Amino acid sequence: MTPSKKILLKAEELHHSFAEGVRKNRVIKGVSLQVEAGETTAVVGPSGCGKSTLLYLLGLLDRPENGRIFLHDSDVTQSSDKTKTQLRNQSIGFIFQFHFLIKELTAIENVSLPLRKSGLNAEDSKEKSMLVLQKLGMESKANRSANKLSGGEQQRVAIARAIVNSPSLILADEPTGNLDSENSHKVFDLLQELAERDNLGVLIVTHNTDLALKTDNLIRMQDGLIIRA
Amino acid sequence: MKFLNLELAWKYVLGRKRAMTMSLFGIVLGIAFFVITQAQTSGFEAFFIRTILGTNGAIRISDSFQDMHGTVRMSSKDGKTKFLFNSREGARYTEGVENPALLRSALSQFSEISGISEILEGKATLAGSSRSQNIEIHGIVPSAHMMVSDIENQIIQGQLKIFELEPMSILLGNRIAHRLMLQTGERVTLKGGTGNIQLRIAGIFETGVSQIDKNRAYIHLSTAKAFLGKRFSGSIFQLSMFNPEKAPEISAQIQEATSHRVISWQEREQVWLDVFKALRISSAITVSSILLLSGLGIFNVFAIMVIEKTRDIAILRSIGFKPSDVSAVFLWQGGIVLFIGIILGCLVAIFSTYVISSIPLRIRGIFSTDSFVVNWDPSHYLWAVLIAIIFVSIASWIPARRAAKIEPAKIIRETL
Repeated sequence: MTPSKKILLKAEELHHSFAEGVRKNRVIKGVSLQVEAGETTAVVGPSGCGKSTLLYLLGLLDRPENGRIFLHDSDVTQSSDKTKTQLRNQSIGFIFQFHFLIKELTAIENVSLPLRKSGLNAEDSKEKSMLVLQKLGMESKANRSANKLSGGEQQRVAIARAIVNSPSLILADEPTGNLDSENSHKVFDLLQELAERDNLGVLIVTHNTDLALKTDNLIRMQDGLIIRA
Repeated sequence: MKFLNLELAWKYVLGRKRAMTMSLFGIVLGIAFFVITQAQTSGFEAFFIRTILGTNGAIRISDSFQDMHGTVRMSSKDGKTKFLFNSREGARYTEGVENPALLRSALSQFSEISGISEILEGKATLAGSSRSQNIEIHGIVPSAHMMVSDIENQIIQGQLKIFELEPMSILLGNRIAHRLMLQTGERVTLKGGTGNIQLRIAGIFETGVSQIDKNRAYIHLSTAKAFLGKRFSGSIFQLSMFNPEKAPEISAQIQEATSHRVISWQEREQVWLDVFKALRISSAITVSSILLLSGLGIFNVFAIMVIEKTRDIAILRSIGFKPSDVSAVFLWQGGIVLFIGIILGCLVAIFSTYVISSIPLRIRGIFSTDSFVVNWDPSHYLWAVLIAIIFVSIASWIPARRAAKIEPAKIIRETL
C-alpha cells in the first residue's frame, strides 16, 4: 500500500465572473480540485473555458466570488493582501506563456528577484540563483541580458525564477505555448522532473493535449466546469 | 531586499536613457536658471541696499512735530477753543531737530543703533574758477558720519583724513567735480546763506547714486552752521543700525518716543525695493515654469512607462512585490532623476553665476557697478531644489499610484 500524498492545494466549489458592461460573464461555475506534492496535473480545454482564470484564482492573484481555496491545509480565500503576497513569494512559483522576464535585468538578476524579495542579500541570492540556473543548464547565460536570450532560454530562466525560492507549488500557464516542439518537450520534462525530485506540486494549464497526457493527472474543462478529472 | 526597489528603479532608469536624460536636462536647466536669475535680481537689490545704507543710512530723523497720530486735541488760544484731529499728515512740523543734544541722549537708549551722525542740510552755489552750480551741502562731523555711512570707501580722489583735519575743506560728488572741472586741492567758493566762504577740495566721492553724485557736497558741521546761519537747530540725524532689517520697527519706536519724523530706509526707498521685489518674483515664476515643464516631461515618461511596464508590474506582483513596492519602484525612478538633476543643476548654477559675475556691465544711476552683481545666497538653491522636489514628486507620484493599482491577473489575462 502506497502512503497517501500530501495535498498542497485544494479548491472547493470555486465561482468567478467578469463584468462585461452591465452583465456578468460567469467564467468559473463551481470548480473543485486538488494538487498533491510530487505530482503534475494538467488542465486542458478550449480557449475561454476558464482555465487561466482558475489558475490565477489558485495562485491568489485574483479573489473568487464564491468557494474556498486551501493552501497547506489553511483556508487562504479571505486572507489579507499582505498574506497572499507573502504566500506568492514563498509558496507559489508562477510560469507564464510569454516567460515575462524583466528585460532590463540579466538572467541571474531575474532569477534572484524572489529571493531578494524574501529578504536574502544580493550576494547569497546570486549564489543560489546560479545553482538553479546550473540545474537548468543556463549557467553560461546567467549574465546575459534577458532580452538577448532565445525563447527557450527565456522560458528556462522563467522556470528558474519560479523554483528558486523553493516553493511547494508551481502554477504554469501555457508554459510551452510560445516554444517549438523540441523546447516544449524539454520544458515539460523539466517540470515533471522538478515535481518528482523536489516533491513539488505542479499545475499546468495547456492547450497541448500530447504534453498534457504525460502528466500524472489530467483535468478537462469546458464552459467554466470540470467535465472530467 | 533593503535596496531592491531602488536597484530595480535604477535599472529602469538606465533602460530608458534618452527619455530620462531629457527629463534630467529639464531639471538641471530649471534649477540652474532659477538660481542664476535669483542671484542676479537679488544681487542687484542687495547692492542697491548696501549703496543706500552707505549714503543715507538706515534711519533718518528730520523734523520734529507736535501732534500725535489720530488724536483729538483741544487747544485754546486768544480765548477761543479749537478741537483738532491730528494725524501724521496733519501734524505741525518744525524744520529739523529741535534739541540735538537731548535727541542724541534719547537715542542712546536704543541698543540697536550703531552710529549717530548729525547733519545740517542746506542749499548753496558752488563756484569754481570758470563755472558755478547749485548744490546741496551736508554739514557733517566726519568721524561720526563715517559710522553711519560708507563715505570712506566712496572717496575716489583725495583723502577723507584731510577733510577730517581741515574744517574749511569740502568733499564733492564726482559729477559736480566733473561738470565744474575741479580737482582735489583746488579752492572753490560757496555762495549763499550768510555770505561767501572759500573752501579747499579735500576729496571727490562717488556713491553711484547719480542724484547724489551730481548735487551733494560735504562740509564740516560747524562750517555749515555758520554758513547757513543755523547755529542751534535745523539739523537732521542719520542713524546706522546693527541690523538694518529692523529699521521700520525701531523708526516707529523712535518716532513715538521723540516726536520727530523718523523714516526708515525701507520706507524711503519703497519704490525701488518694490521694483526689485516684483522683478525677483516675476523671474522666479517664469523660471519655475521650466521646472514645471520638466515635471510634465517626467509625468509623461512615467505615465507611458506604467503602460509599457504593466507586464513587469504583473510579474513583480506575482513573485511577492506588494503594491507599495511597485509604487516605490516608480517613485525611486523620479527620485534618481531628481537627485542627479539637483546635483548637476546646482553645479551648473554655481559655475554660471560665477561666469555671469565677471561679465562687464557699467551701471550708474541708482548704484555704481562695472560688472554684473550677483548674490551668493544658499536660500536660492534651497528654493530651486524645493520647487523641483514638489514638481517631480507630483509627476512621479501619480503614475506610481496608478502602477500600484494594477491588477496582475487582469494584465496577464489580457496579455495572453
